[in-house]
Amino acid sequence: MRTYLLPEYIVERDDLKCTRCKICIEQCTYGVHYYNAAKNIIESRSERCVNCLRCVLFCPVNAITVRRNLNAYRENYHWTYEFIASIKRQAELGSALLSGMGCDRPYLTFWDKLLLNACQVTNPPIDPIREPIEIRTYLGRKPKILEFKTGDGDIELETKIAPDLCAETPILFAAMSYGAVNLNVHEALARAAVECGTYFNCGEGGLHPNLYKYSEHIIVQVASGRFGVDLKYLNAGAAIEIKIGQGAKPGIGGHLPGEKVSKDIAAVRMIPAGTDALSPAPHHDIYSIEDLRQLIYALKEATEYTKPVAVKIAAVHNSAAIASGIARAGADIIVLDGVRGATGAAPKIIRDNVGIPIELAIASVDQRLREEGIRNEVSLIASGGIRNSADVVKAIALGADAVYIGTAALIAMGCTLCQRCYTGKCSWGIATTDPEISKRLNPEDAYKRVVNLVRAWNIEIKEMLGAMGMDSIESLRGNREQLRGVGLTDRELKILGVKMAGE
Amino acid sequence: MSVINNCIKKLEDNAAIIDANEVPYQQLNMLLRKLSVNGIRTVEIYNVCGQRYIGTGLKAPLEIKVYGVPGNDLGAFMDGQRIFVYGNAQDGCGNTMNDGLIVVHGDVGDVAGYAMRGGKIFVKGNAGFRVGVHMKEYSDMKPIMIIGGKAGDFLGEYMAGGIILVLGLTGEEQRDEQSMKFVGVGMHGGTIYIRGEIKCKCMGKEARIEETDEYDLCLIRDLIKEFFTYFDLEISINEVIADKFVKIVPVSTRPYGRLYG
Amino acid sequence: MYAKSRQISHHHNDDKIFSSCALFGMINLTGVRFTSREPLRAISSMRERGNGLGGGFAIYGIYPDLKDLYAFHAMYMNLKSKERAEKILMRDFRILLSEEIPTKGSNKLPNPPIFWRYFLEPEPSKIKDEYVDSDEYVVKRVRKINIGVKGAYIISSGKNMGVFKGIGFPEDIADFFYLDEYEGYMWVCHARFPTNTPGWWGGAHPFNILDWSVAHNGELSSYGVNRRYLEMQGYKCTMWTDTEVLAYAFDLLARRHRIPIKLIAKILAPPYWEEIDSMEIKERLMFTALRKVYGSLMMNGPFSIIVAHHGEMIGLTDRKKLRPLTAGIKGDFLYISSEEAAIRLISPKLDKIIRPSGGEMIIGRIKSPQSLEVPPLIRREHI
Repeated sequence: MRTYLLPEYIVERDDLKCTRCKICIEQCTYGVHYYNAAKNIIESRSERCVNCLRCVLFCPVNAITVRRNLNAYRENYHWTYEFIASIKRQAELGSALLSGMGCDRPYLTFWDKLLLNACQVTNPPIDPIREPIEIRTYLGRKPKILEFKTGDGDIELETKIAPDLCAETPILFAAMSYGAVNLNVHEALARAAVECGTYFNCGEGGLHPNLYKYSEHIIVQVASGRFGVDLKYLNAGAAIEIKIGQGAKPGIGGHLPGEKVSKDIAAVRMIPAGTDALSPAPHHDIYSIEDLRQLIYALKEATEYTKPVAVKIAAVHNSAAIASGIARAGADIIVLDGVRGATGAAPKIIRDNVGIPIELAIASVDQRLREEGIRNEVSLIASGGIRNSADVVKAIALGADAVYIGTAALIAMGCTLCQRCYTGKCSWGIATTDPEISKRLNPEDAYKRVVNLVRAWNIEIKEMLGAMGMDSIESLRGNREQLRGVGLTDRELKILGVKMAGE
Repeated sequence: MSVINNCIKKLEDNAAIIDANEVPYQQLNMLLRKLSVNGIRTVEIYNVCGQRYIGTGLKAPLEIKVYGVPGNDLGAFMDGQRIFVYGNAQDGCGNTMNDGLIVVHGDVGDVAGYAMRGGKIFVKGNAGFRVGVHMKEYSDMKPIMIIGGKAGDFLGEYMAGGIILVLGLTGEEQRDEQSMKFVGVGMHGGTIYIRGEIKCKCMGKEARIEETDEYDLCLIRDLIKEFFTYFDLEISINEVIADKFVKIVPVSTRPYGRLYG
Repeated sequence: MYAKSRQISHHHNDDKIFSSCALFGMINLTGVRFTSREPLRAISSMRERGNGLGGGFAIYGIYPDLKDLYAFHAMYMNLKSKERAEKILMRDFRILLSEEIPTKGSNKLPNPPIFWRYFLEPEPSKIKDEYVDSDEYVVKRVRKINIGVKGAYIISSGKNMGVFKGIGFPEDIADFFYLDEYEGYMWVCHARFPTNTPGWWGGAHPFNILDWSVAHNGELSSYGVNRRYLEMQGYKCTMWTDTEVLAYAFDLLARRHRIPIKLIAKILAPPYWEEIDSMEIKERLMFTALRKVYGSLMMNGPFSIIVAHHGEMIGLTDRKKLRPLTAGIKGDFLYISSEEAAIRLISPKLDKIIRPSGGEMIIGRIKSPQSLEVPPLIRREHI
């Protein structure tokens, strides 16, 4: 049927500058540009443009501008452009609309309403250039008490501590499945994890054999589809993460469209090429908390208790109670993924409307675990739209031990958040498994960018810690006194456990 | 005023003797200023116990002999006077000193020579933490600090000029490797000489070790000779001069260059 | 099963009380008792560090005739608080003696609270029902009164010791409580310079729980983390001071978790990861474990503290030594002080001066209180 949709973007080309080099045609994976031989000009089918900015950045003479289509519906705060367009599209397709990356709606970010403290007079700030500021973070289960044996003036530690992860920075790389992204991305992240002394989560798509050599820096994920999960896989990581849910699509499973299931992906996931790879919503063996406990211990047995087991849940309404249950079920690490968490593909309506912001979730989970006296025994990782080092510091001050970054790592590699990951045509070579397009992402270059990002954030984190008068990150974890809120209601302040700026 | 006058035990020519017992520091220092303005050139102060800022705010030349334990910030902002301490000094000795001399026949506490811009501090014994922080030099004003014993962590932090020499002569472990940490963090000027050895990991990443050359050895020799004129030490000066010295200098004058972009 | 949600009440809206201070501790290592003259002289000499808004003393060995009973020093804002607190005391304890702590009216300390002391032991029938030892029993009651009874505070609850403190210079506080009439084998003194408290008598140091007393100089930037961890362990922080958190930390680590004292210093002021990484394997595992499990009790920020309990006086600074602390030994006496001059004032010639490094603990330990033949045991604790 005829489409009634307006093109979202208009591609403009400065014809005087254009040298007809045709790089834009080559680079665009959505078929926007084409060469009109008769007129010797390059023309563009604006209706296909997704604003990925690849051609803009690669045009050697900066001849291309992509701008928002000025044709718009009449201003309407209730019926926004987005909602109108979605209806028209659904009227044409009759299906749930997919989208990629994370929720982009307004009003759901609390990081920008939290401000950090700095020390003056009564306590000196610390300069990270001159004095060491320690950001090493251990993640795993900790005993309630340490017992020692004393004798002959010697003191020996008796308590055994469970296996855990040692990250030299509180920043870890979030789970992005092999299939949602390609092997080059995985390799770049793995190498970056090694160099930064942190960990990369390989997501629910299994682990490619080429990456087994990075074992000590990999967290393997076990999701409901159990893709690629065998003993070898389980033992290939430094930790195992059971994925119950993710912030982008709580309550529904993972979804890798058949177009992205290439031969390699199929081999790792152990499904036929070209079929959709679907992870069911629940783990079909977990219908209650005691089942989760059973799975956790099954994994521990399978790896002979040598690796910590984490459980990842989406931040939803009763996350606090769920987290408490997970802690008591034997998990060593709890991962909370907020509503801003990203994905390769999710129904847009779920992505934008289900789940709660990670800020509130961390605050309430941390508070609940403390009330129950068990906070010190598990580690908490916050995830979902961490955009900069200030978000990291605020997350830790609210109660997290560490954060996962996903979107930020991809942006460092080149992603421009055009949200078309589900098409498999990512022009940056990131969210695609097409072998040709994937070549565009050079792992050597990509990993350096990610390492630079983490290094820059580490410097900033140390500066902020120093400003707060702390020389070690242990003194920030859950230290709500270092935060103040602006533009928050009393209720929000109460849940975050934070005072209003000025108090 | 009568309190002040009472504590002057002797006053003749241009010398005075003061008993500082129970005299609050404001009055003691006021007295010192008054005396120096009136032509006194040497003062001996007995029973000093904790009075702060001795030697601060003096406008005329004065030589002060302190018997006892002076309080914090001895010689702070001092500009050309000379102080001899027969006992241990506390924290902040020579704070932002512009010029002059401080000789301590004992230990100094933490934060000695902070932001020193000129003058000399000689310590017979040990020094505490954060000594020589942000010492700086400009044209011919070059501060010098010599520690006869050991120094604590963060020596020469943020140093921008001047010289620190640590001899390791006194104290319980003589001639042992210096065990201090974070030497020269944030250093971007100046030089630190240490007698003996120091492990690289004890230094901040803004500092590095350099080989001493003829000029350095000459300088060290002269400094040690000067040091020995003030103290009676059991070890022979030649033994000390003949020893090996480590020279620590900044890696760059712009340590912030790579961090901010 | 799950603890009820904790309500914390507090007077001020500030995160906590900021202050700067002077510390002085003096212990006779053979247990011989001495008067207030010297410790008072020493703490008063450090006037520059205080501003008259707080002074206090913890004295050990002052009630030898009643040494087996808990000596509660209580501070009441009014008679009503006293009544309500005593209801709890009378119900849960056998009180063998109850009297006012003698105080001198003075125009230097206007409107002081009522000070009372009780010598008591847990009511035998009640303690049997609770399956706890008497220390835990006492801690619970003290907490109950401090939180539950408005205007009532048990400022010390140890045996054969007591805390005397309030708003005023130390010499005025000593005068107020007639401290020249007491003799103890260990005195811990404190002068305070708070920056954000109006006359809040309870905020003065030393802070006490059972026979642990803490006097503290500095500020903990990790206060929020420390407090929340301790609250998770069942403590209620009502005084909004760093000192309270330090005292509870010692109570938790030493009494409940039985961690050796040397290691407690390494929890409060841990070695850097760089140092830990270069240790031998056994040590490395031990110190890594300490930081992993007790990282929330790391005291970040500048501090120097004197901690006392029967038989031991401990001095410690933060690992960067941002606050001063000096110790001296002369004969049977160990002195720990913020400034050397204060020690020299009362003991000009010392056998030995000790200048601890950052994070290095000094412990003066008595073998047994009345032992005379053993030489003083001073340990500079290295691990």
